Parts: sequence; C-alpha cells; structure tokens
Amino acid sequence: MTELTLAKALGSGLRRALSDDEKVVLLGEDIGKLGGVFRVTDGLQRDFGTERVMDTPLAEAGIIGMAVGLAFRGYRPVCEIQFDGFIYPGFDQIVAQVAKLHYRTAGNVRMPLTIRVPYGGGIGAVEHHSESPEAYFAHTAGLRVVTCSTPQDAHSMLREAIASDDPVLFFEPKRRYWTKGDVDEDAVGLPMGTARVVVEGTDVTLVTYGPLVATALDAAEAAANEGISVEVVDLRSLSPVDFDTVSASVQKTGRLVITHEASESGGLGAEIAATLTDRCFYYLEAAPVRITGFDVPYPPAKLEEHFLPDLDRILDGVDRALGRVNSLTGWSA
Amino acid sequence: MSTTVPVKAQNVAAEKPNPEFVQLLNAEGTRLSDDTYDPWVSDVTGDQLASLYEDLIIVRRIDTEATALQRQGELGLWPPLFGQEAAQVGSARTLRPDDFVFSSYRENAVAYCRGVALQDLVRVWRGTAASGWDPFSVGMATPAVIIGAQTLHATGYAVGCKNDGVDSVAVAYFGDGATSEGDVSEAMIFAASFNAPVIFFCQNNQWAISEPVGLQAQRPIAERAPGFGIPSIRVDGNDVLAVMAATRSALDRARNGGGPTFIEAVTYRRGPHTTSDDPSRYVDPVVAKEWEARDPIARVEAFLRSEGILTDELAASIQSRADQVAAEFRHGCISLQNPEPLSVFDNVYATEHSGIARQKSQYKAYLEGFEK
Repeated sequence: MTELTLAKALGSGLRRALSDDEKVVLLGEDIGKLGGVFRVTDGLQRDFGTERVMDTPLAEAGIIGMAVGLAFRGYRPVCEIQFDGFIYPGFDQIVAQVAKLHYRTAGNVRMPLTIRVPYGGGIGAVEHHSESPEAYFAHTAGLRVVTCSTPQDAHSMLREAIASDDPVLFFEPKRRYWTKGDVDEDAVGLPMGTARVVVEGTDVTLVTYGPLVATALDAAEAAANEGISVEVVDLRSLSPVDFDTVSASVQKTGRLVITHEASESGGLGAEIAATLTDRCFYYLEAAPVRITGFDVPYPPAKLEEHFLPDLDRILDGVDRALGRVNSLTGWSA
Repeated sequence: MSTTVPVKAQNVAAEKPNPEFVQLLNAEGTRLSDDTYDPWVSDVTGDQLASLYEDLIIVRRIDTEATALQRQGELGLWPPLFGQEAAQVGSARTLRPDDFVFSSYRENAVAYCRGVALQDLVRVWRGTAASGWDPFSVGMATPAVIIGAQTLHATGYAVGCKNDGVDSVAVAYFGDGATSEGDVSEAMIFAASFNAPVIFFCQNNQWAISEPVGLQAQRPIAERAPGFGIPSIRVDGNDVLAVMAATRSALDRARNGGGPTFIEAVTYRRGPHTTSDDPSRYVDPVVAKEWEARDPIARVEAFLRSEGILTDELAASIQSRADQVAAEFRHGCISLQNPEPLSVFDNVYATEHSGIARQKSQYKAYLEGFEK
C-alpha cells in the first residue's frame, strides 16, 4: 500500500499495464519528455521507449485514428486527449469508427482502445479546458464510459480499462489529480460497469461520479449534522450505468438526487431520473432531483463557482427531495 | 451563370503523357517505354497480362450485375466502379497476402482481388449485415463509409507493422474527394512523422458525387504529398500495367524502410457515384466521351490482340468465365437470408454490457408474446 495522488496512481496504472503487456502502447501530445501536461505519463517514455510511449503530432483525429489501425494490428493503444474540450476533433473517429468496428465486422475486429480524457472544471482554466463531455459518449453504443474518484479506483480502473476488449472512454477528474489516497497496486477493483455505495444512508440516495464524489461526501456529512441520512453512490461507470445498485438504494431511501458537472439537458442525470422513475416508481416519495451544471457553455473561471454544483446546491437538492424548505419553495410546478 | 471553380485542370495530364505522368500502355494499346517504371513490370509476361485482362473483364461484369440487381430491387444501393477497374486491379494484384488494405466503399475490385467471396461483396448493400467479411481472413478491412477515415487506420496499422519488425505494408484507398477531409491530411502527417510503411492510393476519378475534382484541388493531387514529406507518383489510372509498376515501386520503398508513398491514379468514374444519383445532371457528355476513349479494358485488349496473345477463342472463354461469375454472384445475392431479429444486439461489445443485455432480454420477451 502506497500513498499516491490520483495523477500518480494513474501513472502507476499505466506503468503496470506497459510492463504486463507488450502490446500496450501509449500515444498522445506531449506525453513523452514532458510527461503530459498533468505529468500522468511522467518517466514512461524514458523507461519504455518512443515506440511504446509515442509523442504524436497535434491532431486528435490522427491520434484516435492511428490507434484504430494499431488495434487492427493487435495492439492495445492508450490515447491521451490533452483536455476535455479538445476531444471534438477526434469525435468522428471515436463514435463512427472506434465504437462501431466490432459491430460492423460481426465481432471479428476488436477495438481495445482506452481514451484518457482529463475532464471537468474547478481549476480556474480558460475555455475548452473544463468541460464534461461524457454524455456524448455514454449515448454512443459500442463505447464504455468510466470515471474515477479516488487514487485506488484511478489505478485499478485504468488497468481494467486497458485490459478490456472493448473501447473505453476513461474520464479523469482533473481537479482531483492532486487528491491523495492509499493505493494497493495488486488490488483487484470492482468489476467494470459497477457502481459503489460510498456511504450508506436511509433518507436520500445521492448519485454522482468523478469530481463530485468528494463534494457529495462533504454534503452527506453536512446533512448528517442536520439529522439527514444520505446514501452516496459513486457510479464509476457511465455506460453501462449500474442501475441495479442505484435501484436498490432508491428502494431503500425512496428519494433520489443526482448531481454532475455536465449541463442538465440530455445529461446522465436525465437518464438516471427516467430509468429510476421507471424502475422504482412505487418506491419514490418525491420526484428525482437533478443538481447539475447549467445549460450554458462552461463559463469564465471567475464564474465557475456559480456553474459547478457545490455543497450548498447539493444540500438544496436534498431539501427538495425531502420536501423541506428549499430554493424552489413557493414556486409553482 | 459561371463558376469560379476550374473543372478541367485535373484532366490535362491524362491527355499528354510526360515524365511526371506514368503511362506504359496508352489508350490505343501501344506499349510505351519508361526508364524508371519499366523495370518494375519487366517480369510481367503476355499470359500474365491476359490474366489481368480477365480480372478487368470479370470485375466489370460483377459491377454491371450488381447495378442490375439494384435496379431489380435486390440491393438497396450499389457504388459502381465502372471505369476504375485498372486502378483497382493493377494495385491490388501487386499486394501480398500479409499486406493489409483499408478502403472506401467503391473498392469492390480490390476486394475481389483480395479473395473476398462473391456473396460477401453484397451483404452490406443488401442490408443483411453491417459488413461482408472477416478482415483478417482476406487482409482487407471492411469498407469505411465516412470519407477518408480509413487513411488513419492504414497509417496506424503500418506503424504496428514497423514496430513488429515485419515488412508488411498497409494500403489506404480513397478518392479525390477524400483529400479534402482533415483525416487524410492528418494521416499523411502521421505517416511522415513515423515513417510508416503505408501507401496512400488515391483514385482521382474526377468526381465527389457531383462535385468536380477542381472543387477539391487547385493543383494535381499528387503535388500535395511532397508538402507533407511524402514522395508521390501520378499514374494513368486506366493503365493496369502502369498502376502495377507504380504500386510495386511504392511497396518496395515501404518494405525497405523508405516510408510512405502517395499514388494518384488518374481515372474517371464513368457511372454514377451510386445507383441513387443521376450523372446526366452534372457530367458534360463531351468529356465523358473523351474518357470512354481511354477505357482501361480496351487498351489491354488492343495490345494483347496486336501481340497475338488474345485470340477470339481466349476472349470468348474469358467472357464465358465472366458470365459464370456473374451468375454465381447473382445467386449468392438473392440467396442471402435476413438475419435473426435478436442478432441486432450481437457484437455491440466484446464483453457483456448490462444496458444491451437488458434491452435484448426485454425485446426477446416481447417477441415471444406473439403467437408463432
């Protein structure tokens, strides 16, 4: 067991994957000598060489498209997209090629790509550096979409993603890169596609993932001080969503709050609210509540505190789910 | 109304052979000499040329039959290759089984040369499958419909070959229209950066559906590659021998660590883009007539007859073989069965995905609710 930051835990996951399987190759912009702009790949090119850790030209479609060809050749490429907002130039290769090739070829061609994407806000960045584009990919059949919230999960989920025979969009919560935690490099994590109940509770189920798991835990602690018992579920997997775990929790608590940084409309929260309403209609004491980023482009850094769900907005959502006095009290539906 | 787009600039070199335009067999069937490219086909005998001629006849016959099948409602769509037979056969016949092709949807002659079964050529167009064949059994990926996407796949595959220490080569086929797509430029940048053993084989058939090549390129397309650091060859795409020579030289360069080559095969799509469009709306009949005179099959036939290799008897036997292939092809097409309903859920993922599993089991229960 070693204490590592989440970024270092990802780096150690990549190192293990490179050591364990010679078909694993890394490619991306600035991942070599620089070690990536967040230093996640620090030292890997030095230790594994330029054929295994490839600095590429600055072109996202090129990175993903070349990885597709490497996968045809039997490699397991791990692509680094430098920032969330830069993934769009590679979008066609991801959703039209990577996602569909296994289906298109009747299972003959496997696409064991891992596409790493530092995502989310809260670091005071400029535009295109704080986005949460996960819903685009969760909407696309053929892709698995996951995100981590702890150093241990970062390490084991990344190794699991690389070992997966399916393509995985691996979203890394960049504002949690410096969060420290114990990491057991030999631990076998929860299977891909499963959620985790982080804190048990009885009054409200609070579903979240990635960067907001820590915020949700703070909110649950604050709620506990007011005598409200909040169960926090870390989804971990956004495609598929582990609806069994979420349903079991909602059947216990009867109330559901979902929070994510991505904009509300068409987001994961909508999917979870709809599915849980379907599956747990007779258990629900109140309509599911969503606490999300607004339906606006990610705002300038000096406004992001208003855009990002924080502890107080989440608690306000908990109040709404419980029918307590809240920001909407007095509004007519 | 006039247009500012030059529509004829790309045809010029095909009329005037020059050192920058490789041609070994002109439109009249006369063998021209070329110091650089003759050695690449010096081993090709008259009989082998006759065999290439048979390929050209057969792939054209398949194409005609597929167009007829579409008109009869047996295929949803077909992208004809009429006029481009030499570019496809001449290049594909030079490849080794361990080379790998990444193509667009028009390379049915390439697929035929790679050994794709006749029936497998039409599964996609009949709508019974998302792809026709197992890529690894024939060394050819299933066609990319998104224009130009496959050039990056070829580049990645080539980098893999290089890292594996083998001398296999990846070949990307695409059209003149694809050269406007960012993916093709990115592929050339990556190929040059990594010295990838890849051939970019552009069939300049003069048209991107109804848009003339002049809308895609203000200069001959082969001139673009050197700017990326990739040597290029401009070849008469209707000359099967010249295409073969150009491709062999590019393969040799790639196998020996020389990196990528760009080949522009100047040809002409004599039919529509697909069976859905109407070339009479956009094709100048005078230009079409000029290209008819440069037909890829007529010149080989004229040459073989002048050499006494192609006799009436051999011609008849080749025709009979083509008819037989067409009959097999037709039978293969109409005997394709519709897939089972629940197979719509198959192969979305390599491993189980709970979302798909749930929808599959629900739809299965729904179907079982109907009386048999």
